[in-house]
Amino acid sequence: MNSLIVVSILALVVLYLGLFKAKNALLPVSVLGLVAALVLAVCEWNSGAAPIFSGMMHFDNFAVAFTSLTVVSTILILLLSKQYFEKISENVAEYYTIILFALAGIIIMVSYHNLSMLFVGLEIMSVSLYILAGIKKRDFASNEASLKYFLMGAFSTGFLLFGIALLYGASHSFDLSVIAKYVTDHPEGLNPIFYAGIVLIMVGMCFKVGAAPFHFWVPDVYEGSPTLITTFMATVVKTAGFAAFLRLFSICFAPLSDFWMPTLLAITIITLFIGNITALFQDNFKRMLTYSSVSHAGYMLFAIVALGATSSNAIFVYTAAYSLASIIAFAVLILVKEQTGSENFDSFNGLGKKNPFLALVVTVSMLSFAGIPLTAGFIGKFFMFSSALQEYHIWLVVLAIINAIISIFYYFRVIVAMYFKDAERKELVSNGYFKLVLGASAIITVVLGVYPSLITDLF
Amino acid sequence: MNLLILLFFPLVGSIAVLLNRNYAKQTALISSIITLGFAVSMLCNFEADASKQFVVDLAWMPQFGISFKAGIDGISMLMVLLTTVLTPLIILSGFNRTFKHTSALFALILFMQSALLVVFTALDAFLFYVGWEAALIPIYFICAIWGGADRIKVTYKFFIYTFAGSLFMLLGIIYLHLQTPGNTYDLQAFYALNLDSSTQAWLFWCFFAAFAVKIPIFPFHTWQPDTYTESPTIGTMLLGGIMLKMGIYGLVRWLIPVLPLGFAEWKELALILCIIGVVYGSIIAFTQKDIKRLIAYSSIAHVGLIAAGVFTWNLQGLQGAMIQMLNHGINVIGLFFVADIIINRLNTREIALMGGIAKIAPKLSITFLIVVLGAVALPLTNGFIGEFLLLNGVFQFNIWAAAIAGLTIIFSAVYLLRMYKNVMQGTLNELTGSFKDIHGSELVVLGVVCALIIVIGVYPQPILHISEAAVNGLIGEVNSKLAF
Repeated sequence: MNSLIVVSILALVVLYLGLFKAKNALLPVSVLGLVAALVLAVCEWNSGAAPIFSGMMHFDNFAVAFTSLTVVSTILILLLSKQYFEKISENVAEYYTIILFALAGIIIMVSYHNLSMLFVGLEIMSVSLYILAGIKKRDFASNEASLKYFLMGAFSTGFLLFGIALLYGASHSFDLSVIAKYVTDHPEGLNPIFYAGIVLIMVGMCFKVGAAPFHFWVPDVYEGSPTLITTFMATVVKTAGFAAFLRLFSICFAPLSDFWMPTLLAITIITLFIGNITALFQDNFKRMLTYSSVSHAGYMLFAIVALGATSSNAIFVYTAAYSLASIIAFAVLILVKEQTGSENFDSFNGLGKKNPFLALVVTVSMLSFAGIPLTAGFIGKFFMFSSALQEYHIWLVVLAIINAIISIFYYFRVIVAMYFKDAERKELVSNGYFKLVLGASAIITVVLGVYPSLITDLF
Repeated sequence: MNLLILLFFPLVGSIAVLLNRNYAKQTALISSIITLGFAVSMLCNFEADASKQFVVDLAWMPQFGISFKAGIDGISMLMVLLTTVLTPLIILSGFNRTFKHTSALFALILFMQSALLVVFTALDAFLFYVGWEAALIPIYFICAIWGGADRIKVTYKFFIYTFAGSLFMLLGIIYLHLQTPGNTYDLQAFYALNLDSSTQAWLFWCFFAAFAVKIPIFPFHTWQPDTYTESPTIGTMLLGGIMLKMGIYGLVRWLIPVLPLGFAEWKELALILCIIGVVYGSIIAFTQKDIKRLIAYSSIAHVGLIAAGVFTWNLQGLQGAMIQMLNHGINVIGLFFVADIIINRLNTREIALMGGIAKIAPKLSITFLIVVLGAVALPLTNGFIGEFLLLNGVFQFNIWAAAIAGLTIIFSAVYLLRMYKNVMQGTLNELTGSFKDIHGSELVVLGVVCALIIVIGVYPQPILHISEAAVNGLIGEVNSKLAF
């Protein structure tokens, strides 16, 4: 709760810093503010017993965990932004401000206890992202990304809002606990419009997390946006989307899983296959990552399909692993693109020789994406498979295994390019912040892979 | 705690190798010899009964029933010996080769050793799986960085095959875990499960996929000849000498005791696949012109017989499999090392271009002969006792199976001796005229290999004794469930 206030005020402070041309203060102030928000969030661990603000928000452990995760990812991304934003635009303060506003929306999304707050949080985040996607004003792809994102996003918000309205019509409340009580009080059958509401909300949420067949905006938006913004979308935004999705379904709709589960199961399977098979045919590394992010959304949906006691844990571990790996991959992509001007797999050729450190961290990230043991990604996949098997979705896991095998092809393409293909290239230069973020992310990935109890004990 | 030192010392060694780049080979060798010392000291304190000894049990992820639990019984002891004896030989075999990025190569080998030891001692299914996959990463990089021209495609295939197999095993492991009363990954809890036979029947294939790819059993073998040929010899030795034993060990320790009813349902089919592999590998080995490929196919045949012995699930078959795993490791390292020496000096793998080497390289010719005789299972060499017990086991199971599998001895005598003849005897030609005999580290490696072949061949009893009680215990456990 306090962290939400800190982040909101921080965003305004940063905006004023921009006004007074205090460019050098932007990064330190943002990072320090976020660290403060992180500390405040962690302090609320185990203290949020009841909903606050007339039942609008509930800062329970779930909210604390996901707030911390999104804040940490944002800190890592902001550390990478040193010198990055200056190259794109003159009004650097805007970036920091809008990212922080988006983060404020995200904190609301992971801690809402009322559907109106879900909507408010989602909109704060989305509107900020529409701007961020199009922030390269003179860049055609960036404009396209922004417009596409806006149209699709507005569309999906419509679905979500209509769904919320229908739920209200049936249960006469926006409050999550009232809706949950409504569901349990009517075991014999609910008002049909309630079911319609669930479906619409599900469609709206699937749009936001980029699950197929509602994923068509993802590739273009991810590719067109500045890479660092893409990183933010792929990590923080995706984490928040899944946290909000899971929160709603586990609190309110768990008893109705017979109704929505088959639909979501179908969505999961389609997402896995579309994401993986399309990623297989990409020559562009960034586009490969965007399609792989679609397929990872499929794995994350496992936790909701097989809703149970371990679901929040599974999503938390998976999103943490995925965020770290994505930050590494996108950060190195920024460096590679700066030097070669290309985002293709070929531009990674020979990196292993010239930049052993960068090649090593990318390898860790790819192994984590692929779910190889001793990396955090494996623990994430392991939890997802466990939760699916707990509900006896054996065929789902078999399909997921097939997808995991397919994904080896494109993740290993990067490793093959870096180590086994030679190319004339110069050493990449990266500043200290990059080394810090990359090194820290890789080490955390391996540490979580070896000793996951650090974060699996949370829930 | 003793066991933890054994498991993780190679990791320490691997870091030491990276820090000590100028003496990478020497550091790696010292590290692996110290590990061997640990293993031998454990062997001295080892009681050859069926119990698990030196058990370590540390909390890892207690809320999910995962613990770091490892221990050694007779079966594991043999595998630990296999790993710790062969690794120094493999490292030593690289001594007078030059590699690019030497320190990385030897660090990866030691890392792999650690993972292999974890696999062979794990008493927790999760730990087993982690070790199983962790062993795959270093060998992938060893083959892909230091391999031949076609290595990228070949290693892709290798990785995908093995990774696919192990993911199905992961599915099986998680499924079994969810069936255990306390939701644990403990091996004993898996043994205590009493699932119905239809569940066990499909779970059997989940595990079988992983193990059959590693061993490899026909028809899961197609990655193997290419990978063996394209890998650097040091990688081939790791693959053929130690890594494929992971699969056989998995059959003995996990698949059959955990899923006895599944095993009972499919054992004939599995045994037939193994025997097909024996015959198929032998026939293809006949026609090979490439020395490394010939040995690769012969390995399919030999390993098929070991797996067949396991599937008979009687004392002779299993004991034969145990000792033959050790023997096959020793022999295959000898064969591949000799092949590597010859290929390296002649710059060709074509058997037809070789000949007459025995005349100018007497030391090589004697050691090579001993290794070949061990591989063709001549009495008084190590291969004989293993194959004798294996065939004895298969014979008790089915006479016809034994008759067909017995062909392996004749077949292997034919193609291996023919290979020896074509390579070593005959007349010298331009290429082989200036062949230098083995010396230094090469001589040490082949000397040790030959000594092991003869010592085990003459007096195998101590080795059989190590695993006998544990094997008997496992057989009894499974048979009591089958009778039930």
